[in-house]
Amino acid sequence: MITSNKNFAIETKNLNLWYGTFQALFDVNLQIKEGQITSLIGPSGCGKSTLLRSINRINERLGYVRIDGDIEVFNKNVYDADVALVQLRKQVGMVFQRPNPLPGSIRENVLYGHKLHKPGKITRHQQDEIVEKALSQVLLWDKVKDHLNRPASGLSLEEQQKLCIARLLPVQPKILLMDEPCSALDPAGTAAVEELIWELRGEYTILIVTHNMAQARRASEECIFMLMGEVVEHSLTSELFVTPQSTKTADYIEGRYG
Amino acid sequence: MNSEMFIESDLNRTNKRTQALYRTLFIIMTLLLILPVVIILGTLVYKGGGIISIDFLFTDPINGMTEGGIFPALVGTLWLVSVALLISVPLGVAAAIYLSEYAADNWFTRIINLAIINLAGVPSIVHALFGVGAFVIFFGFGTSILAASLTLAIMTLPVVIVSTRESLQSVPYAFREACWNMGATRWQTIRRVVLPNAVSGILTGIILEVSRTAGETAPIMFTGAAFFLPYLPQGVFDQTMALSLHLFVVATQVPNVPDALPYGVALVLIGLVLLMNSISIAFRMHLRGKKKW
Repeated sequence: MITSNKNFAIETKNLNLWYGTFQALFDVNLQIKEGQITSLIGPSGCGKSTLLRSINRINERLGYVRIDGDIEVFNKNVYDADVALVQLRKQVGMVFQRPNPLPGSIRENVLYGHKLHKPGKITRHQQDEIVEKALSQVLLWDKVKDHLNRPASGLSLEEQQKLCIARLLPVQPKILLMDEPCSALDPAGTAAVEELIWELRGEYTILIVTHNMAQARRASEECIFMLMGEVVEHSLTSELFVTPQSTKTADYIEGRYG
Repeated sequence: MNSEMFIESDLNRTNKRTQALYRTLFIIMTLLLILPVVIILGTLVYKGGGIISIDFLFTDPINGMTEGGIFPALVGTLWLVSVALLISVPLGVAAAIYLSEYAADNWFTRIINLAIINLAGVPSIVHALFGVGAFVIFFGFGTSILAASLTLAIMTLPVVIVSTRESLQSVPYAFREACWNMGATRWQTIRRVVLPNAVSGILTGIILEVSRTAGETAPIMFTGAAFFLPYLPQGVFDQTMALSLHLFVVATQVPNVPDALPYGVALVLIGLVLLMNSISIAFRMHLRGKKKW
């Protein structure tokens, strides 16, 4: 099991969550280490996306969600009254299943978040720096540097997804939540985005939901297996796939259900 | 394998005939639909086209409205439509933004929606009487452009709200999620992403409103439009002539009107609406061309 002195970026304590009367999460206790990539696996409907979406409180929009227990991000319960949603989401960015570039050019997409949080004017030169830095970090710069003013929707899905990650970076988040970021991509695109996620390790704490077990195995350091709203197993990825502690985990990773 | 596997069978032929029959039927229905438009426009141009001239547009009616032009009515309609738009567009767009972007789906919102639908169903003559009671008498605006435009605005508000809300909802939800997840507030999201992408749809609603406002007669009859007024309004508290009422008057209320006159007035009214529509459509196409998705 996990023994390390690293700080925890995300910690949930007895987290229960209901959609109306349906309980989606049962007593989830998790500790996600800072600067690591942690993957969340499990069959459809096991609550992994729900868990992910409750960390930056994007779930709340649904209105009928009820939560009991704590979700602490850097030791602060994000459901405390004094937490500003806007600040929380700035620190905890999210990448979606389908790339969702904003209508506008590649350049505008990268600068959008920055503009939101730093309303003052910045020079063209500063803007260029931000754009180049963000796009370089997502390994997209060389490909798009000559047509930054083209519409973002013209990029391939893989490039769009990279752009969606790049868009988060100028805001300087600490945590990136990724909800099946590769499921809309072809194998080559998946490999490219995985490579990118791996590159971002260390600088950002990454929590990634995936259906793809090979991906969890390749691209994460720790792995959490969930089933029916409960955490079944949380261990180093290398251990979870080789010597699963629970027979449920073993059955799942061997493809007996899910 | 036999060589006839790709040859048309009897069943194929029957199906093909049926399909052709339905296709023809639908084409005929569509043609029937545009027939009235063609006939109306054709008749108006044929019977009233001759009377249209610069003088007709820009002089006052004379001799008990049997001769002369329609200038005061033309200007009056422009006044009424502009003031009505100034009132209903901000109001309607704001309400639509609230309903689409902020309101939760609860009983209160449902009541508001129901009210909007019902407002759209109220006959225009009822709006007219409401206008008299509320704006002319209660608020003391008298019979004036303001009272008439307010009445028109209330009548067309549901159109603006419904069409604006629909165009806001047609902006993909993913765009909003993307913004919120960068820490954008609701308003930043609306201002920078939702509105710019919904603007062409919003304009469509406004175009519809313009057409309706310019043509309405009942709501302005008792609230601000005058039977005959040979001078131009100086402000929103004046009465005014209006094309739609003028058409009604010369067609039914005044003796010895030459045949071509009502047709000419109707032609100008339609022309005015078409002109305003085409300006908005051109603007809309321009905006849509800038859209990047």
